[in-house]
Amino acid sequence: MSGAWYMAGIVACVAGVIAGIRLMNSPRTAVLGNITGACALGFGVVLTLFHEGVATNLLVLGALLLAGILGGMLAYAVKTIHMPQTVALLNGLGGAASALVGLAILIGVDVVAVAERGASALALMVGAVTFSGSLTAAGKLSGLLPQQPVQVRRYRLYSTVLAVVLLGAALLLACNVGAQTVAPVALVVALGLGVLFAIRIGGADMPIAISLLNSMSGISAAIAGFAVNSLLLVAVGAIVGAAGFILTRIMCGAMNRSLRVVLAGATTTNARAATVEPDTAPTSDTVPSKPEKPDPVTLLREAETVVIVPGYGMAQAQAQMQVKQLADMLQERDTPVRFAIHPVAGRMPGHMHVLLAEVDVSYDLLFEMDAINDDFSSTDLVLVVGANDVVNPAASTAEDTPIYGMPILRAGEARHVIVCNLDDKPGYAGVPNTLYEQDNVVLMEGDAAETLKTLIAKLTDA
Amino acid sequence: MHMLLLVVALVIATAVGYKLLRAVPPMLHTPLMSGMNALSGVTLVAALAIAGAFTMGRYLGAMAIVLAGINIVGGFLVTHRMLKMFKKHRGEDNS
Repeated sequence: MSGAWYMAGIVACVAGVIAGIRLMNSPRTAVLGNITGACALGFGVVLTLFHEGVATNLLVLGALLLAGILGGMLAYAVKTIHMPQTVALLNGLGGAASALVGLAILIGVDVVAVAERGASALALMVGAVTFSGSLTAAGKLSGLLPQQPVQVRRYRLYSTVLAVVLLGAALLLACNVGAQTVAPVALVVALGLGVLFAIRIGGADMPIAISLLNSMSGISAAIAGFAVNSLLLVAVGAIVGAAGFILTRIMCGAMNRSLRVVLAGATTTNARAATVEPDTAPTSDTVPSKPEKPDPVTLLREAETVVIVPGYGMAQAQAQMQVKQLADMLQERDTPVRFAIHPVAGRMPGHMHVLLAEVDVSYDLLFEMDAINDDFSSTDLVLVVGANDVVNPAASTAEDTPIYGMPILRAGEARHVIVCNLDDKPGYAGVPNTLYEQDNVVLMEGDAAETLKTLIAKLTDA
Repeated sequence: MHMLLLVVALVIATAVGYKLLRAVPPMLHTPLMSGMNALSGVTLVAALAIAGAFTMGRYLGAMAIVLAGINIVGGFLVTHRMLKMFKKHRGEDNS
């Protein structure tokens, strides 16, 4: 295939990818958008097969076939609950591929310009960090590794040393000095840096880490594009990098944390001391007059408006089906039900939306924090299912805690609140939840799915 | 291809991507991330070039093809599965 035709094809391919992303801005067109993106990328791959003259190469075709089978099996075997770690794992594979490309160029080719060697070295390093970082994150998300952030003493020192070593290695590799030994060493060091980065990330910071790793996989692809002179790689890699960057910024904003702080290693456990004075909670002026807590079933039956606040606990307890059942029952009683979703609820951006979509909760009932926060004060009943830090009023009062300044769902302003959480322990951030102490709050401890089942049963009998 | 042209492509793609991606609603952030994730498997294209180019690259290239290929195929299918779940049931009374 001639260069001009190939070029035209690649530009068309990039345009297809962009058109696909354009369609992703609405749930109605997103399916089509995804298919468009997939087809465009597939087209680019086929073009490249012919352009590189490997369309009849059995090793290449075999590898593609194997990838198709494994990828397809993975996609159909995975359950929705395992989505976060699946996304992390797949992300790591892309990084690994970029690293291998960099490695192959560095140790396999003698005649390559300095710029391309340098790009290969960077692709090797960024790809390797993405790979080991993503696998570590996937391990944490799946529970294979401890979910709590692992405190690494002198993290800054270690990470700086590793980064400096990598920088030196990049220079050596760019000038083609001892690539046969330097490249594998750089690979190992970069893998170590990725683990060091991700092992300290705790559950609540996971959405940030996942978004960042997503961005890095795109960046490593773009760098690999410079190494092999591929417009397709550079353009698509850059788009992915931008996407991950946007999500990272949104996640950081939603937690009121700067990316720099997260990267520097100020993990959430720093404030496990949780110096919150058990002061009088920000009182709601609609405190019920009765001193004893009202019966949750009565509350549900009598509520005129209900807002459900899901959190990671709902995912852990797999309670989304019960949540849906309860919402349906309430709606049958003509009680309007809405869902309020905090941007960082769960372990990845949009986690709650996916879980609720799985059980057929229609997406027009899901409201973002800013859209619903002002309505809490006029809501009869808020049902919190496995959410803690994101509804903790202490976020606005408890200085020096990790959640200080984090925008929260102001669930406590509702007339009544039922909280279905596992226990009354502090949430991930380690800050005691002052919501539990409010007079209008009924705390139902235990597995959220079980609690909801009981509520549903009682509500049916009633 | 000229290095400068690639830099220009990088800048344009980042800017266009940034503009379009900001329009994606938070509801679709997981599928978006997973879709972008699939796209990052585009490094498959580099792996194809490597695998065909020289002896040493063959096996590393083949490995990279498998990994990037799983990334693409798995990523798009997972995204598809997720997106299909998003439904608006009562579209007729409040659309």
